[in-house]
Amino acid sequence: MGRLILNRVPMKKRDPKERIKTFEEVALGYTPEEAIKEAERCILCKRPPCVKGCPVNIDIPAFIALIQQGKFVEASKKIKENNPLPAMCGRVCPQEEQCEEVCIIGKKGEPVAIGRLERFVADYEAAQGEVEIPEIPPPTGFKVAVIGSGPSGLVCASELVQMGHKVTIFEALHKPGGVLMYGIPQFRLPKEIVAREIDYVKRLGVEIVTNFIVGKTMTLDELREKEGFDAFFVGTGAGYPRFMGIPGENLLGIYSANEFLTRVNLMKAYMFPEYDTPVKVGDRVIVVGAGNVAMDAARCALRSGASEVTIVYRRSWKEMTARIEEIENAKEEGIKFMILHNPVAFYGDESGWVRKAELIKMELGEPDESGRRRPVPIKGSEFRVPVDTVVEAIGQVPNPVVPQTTPGLKTTRWGTLVSSPTTGATTKEGVFTGGDIMTGAATVILAAGTGKVAAKYIDYYLRNRDKPGVWEELTKDIKE
Amino acid sequence: MGYKIVKKRVLGPDSKMFVIEAPYVARNAKPGQFIILRVNERGERIPLTVAGSDREKGSVTIIFQEVGKTTKLLGTLEEGDEILDFVGPLGKPTEIENFGTVMTLGGGFGTAVLYPLVKAIKEKGNYVITAIGARTKDLVILEDEMREISDEVYITTDDGSYGRKGFVTEVLADFLKEGRKIDRVFSVGPVPMMKATANVTKPYGVKTIVSLNPIMVDGTGMCGACRVEVGGKTKFACIDGPEFDAHEVNFDLLMKRLGMYREEEKASLERFLEEIKKSGRA
Ligand SMILES: Cc1cc2nc3c(=O)[nH]c(=O)nc-3n(C[C@H](O)[C@H](O)[C@H](O)COP(=O)(O)OP(=O)(O)OC[C@H]3O[C@@H](n4cnc5c(N)ncnc54)[C@H](O)[C@@H]3O)c2cc1C
Ligand SMILES: Cc1cc2nc3c(=O)[nH]c(=O)nc-3n(C[C@H](O)[C@H](O)[C@H](O)COP(=O)(O)OP(=O)(O)OC[C@H]3O[C@@H](n4cnc5c(N)ncnc54)[C@H](O)[C@@H]3O)c2cc1C
Ligand code: SF4
Ligand code: SF4
Ligand code: FES
Repeated sequence: MGRLILNRVPMKKRDPKERIKTFEEVALGYTPEEAIKEAERCILCKRPPCVKGCPVNIDIPAFIALIQQGKFVEASKKIKENNPLPAMCGRVCPQEEQCEEVCIIGKKGEPVAIGRLERFVADYEAAQGEVEIPEIPPPTGFKVAVIGSGPSGLVCASELVQMGHKVTIFEALHKPGGVLMYGIPQFRLPKEIVAREIDYVKRLGVEIVTNFIVGKTMTLDELREKEGFDAFFVGTGAGYPRFMGIPGENLLGIYSANEFLTRVNLMKAYMFPEYDTPVKVGDRVIVVGAGNVAMDAARCALRSGASEVTIVYRRSWKEMTARIEEIENAKEEGIKFMILHNPVAFYGDESGWVRKAELIKMELGEPDESGRRRPVPIKGSEFRVPVDTVVEAIGQVPNPVVPQTTPGLKTTRWGTLVSSPTTGATTKEGVFTGGDIMTGAATVILAAGTGKVAAKYIDYYLRNRDKPGVWEELTKDIKE
Repeated sequence: MGYKIVKKRVLGPDSKMFVIEAPYVARNAKPGQFIILRVNERGERIPLTVAGSDREKGSVTIIFQEVGKTTKLLGTLEEGDEILDFVGPLGKPTEIENFGTVMTLGGGFGTAVLYPLVKAIKEKGNYVITAIGARTKDLVILEDEMREISDEVYITTDDGSYGRKGFVTEVLADFLKEGRKIDRVFSVGPVPMMKATANVTKPYGVKTIVSLNPIMVDGTGMCGACRVEVGGKTKFACIDGPEFDAHEVNFDLLMKRLGMYREEEKASLERFLEEIKKSGRA
């Protein structure tokens, strides 16, 4: 190898002018030649920092070495030892803050494109035909209920079923996948890929029951008592939208990002009237917030017919939480950014439709608990801008349905479940958790990682639950 | 897969009753709660009240009025057909106690939503006075059923073609004026009627409950489409309701929000009727 190659092999993307007219995937992925070329930039470190940067510690140099040898399917299998959702994580992980941030090559040039390589081998393997099912051990006789079919639930279920337990996933919506299905848009994570992963989980033997809201259709305790489930994994996510609580917020044309994205992605409103669910997007759209959710909403609005879409964010570029790649994509597509501004009120017309947003200018003050500088409004700087549609993407909190209907399950003041950070065990015996309802809104790979950890300890619990002190042991590091 | 229609009954020109096989929903459904269904893969999710449920048979009854594409499409299904998605029970059950004398008002199609409530209110030992109203005689539904379970029944029609001419709220207003003791009022129907009920009872301080019908998507508190203003605060009707204290509800906002997709609904319905015509069904 010898000389370091400082620049990455670029990944082809659809032209911005073309892509804003469709929901087709923006990034097109590597060809085998490109993948090998990019893989050759990796120097296969003996003590690879990238592995520590990955929340599930994928053996990155090992899978990249296999790509260098052209062994793509083996590379994919290598990744799957730690991460069952490579096609998705390769696409949506914030790699620049995780594995790629600490890559050695990044000190001198651009870090190795680990995420793109991960995506490539996963897609390559899938294109070879149906992915093989590993051998499943004989049944243990235990039944586990997994509540919620987001990444944490899917991973937890697939791990448990491969340990010989009988696993049923209960999902509130009519399609499994959680945010992967209803939130992240088609052009960033094609639903066919999500469906492929879900199909794999089903082929492993996991039963998925949709249209079933735990806490409404049946409570967790009823599932235990009447249906005989021995253990539970709560992976219900952080899907409860926050609103800003400012005047005019219930005017027509103002959506939570969840509603907007659900209409567009899950209900396929972008294909109205072939699909029955409408979404109404006016000419001038503002999206409040600057995380992944906000970028997705803004880019969906553009593709749904808006002529001008502006992201309004109360902090500055540096504090934005969205993946850098998605901010770049949004800019390329012509999304406007108004940083250091925040809405304080909305005004409507006679029919109640939103027509004006009152914004106030902000400046950055001292750092807050999150370490980011606190935005402070500048008195008297208010002004009004014309708008026809507003999407609020200012964050989500856990949905309270399961905690409220499950006596013994304690929550923190942020609505997340009180649980052991090492085992995922909660304050109720036999109930474990992971994903966003454990950690607060986070990432796909973290959700997957916590689901995997919980599976390990659920298995331990099931096999040892008759011994005294097992639950105490699993919950000993719970801090309330 | 799917949820089978085991029984279909035509109640009136545009209203139908289905009994649907949905054992999980039947098991825990209580009066005041609703379900959300999606007819087929391209369908919209729409909320409908649980009009009855049978735990043993594992079935749930819904009564619906054909007002747009989805309800019309639903109406074309027959016994033995399946509905793709059917989830519930959603929302909070009605708080029912022995209040004493309860007046229940059903306006137009609201009567269907009211029916299971009246049944449950009666079962708690209340004296139940029911008033149901419709635009015209043909649209009066569930009269016999209501007579069976109420102590008194009054009918009004806007055009006077049946019962008293006028609105149901006038029956209530008269009772209150006469000084008749009414301990609680339940009112379900079009938004203007529920608003009128609130205005009638407010001066008398009679607690009045209405069942709100905003546009919904998921019905689980995930989207906020169903937000309504109650007591000056934003609430999600699907998890905080759908029933609220009428004296606190901002009905004007609800009315406006219900009109958000009027053009799209119209286009969708026209397209559907056109399709039916072409396929020679109708
Ligand atoms: C628009 C958007 C974009 C994002 N972009 C990225 C990104 O680019 N990269 C990244 O890493 N992360 C991203 N995230 C974050 C990531 O998607 C989440 O952290 C992750 O999906 C959390 O997974 P989870 O398993 O906790 O549950 P979720 O994916 O939230 O799924 C929870 C599931 O549980 C179901 N459920 C809830 N309550 C019940 C109940 N009572 N009974 C039955 N089922 C129930 C829900 O319907 C849902 O399907 C994004 C999030 C959003 C909203
Ligand atoms: C909690 C609740 C309980 C209900 N119970 C009943 C019932 O028992 N029987 C009954 O006939 N109707 C009931 N409705 C109203 C029913 O949901 C609507 O009539 C139905 O959604 C109309 O759909 P459509 O496609 O046929 O008509 P559309 O042409 O789409 O709409 C006609 C009107 O229905 C309302 N509407 C449209 N979409 C929705 C939606 N997704 N959610 C709610 N309302 C919508 C709007 O006001 C609209 O103007 C209930 C509504 C709610 C919120
Ligand atoms: S899972 Fe995410 S963080 Fe881990 S190696 Fe893959 S892209 Fe990097
Ligand atoms: S740190 Fe970079 S160069 Fe080293 S093994 Fe990881 S990806 Fe390869
Ligand atoms: S319908 Fe989505 S939150 Fe109520």
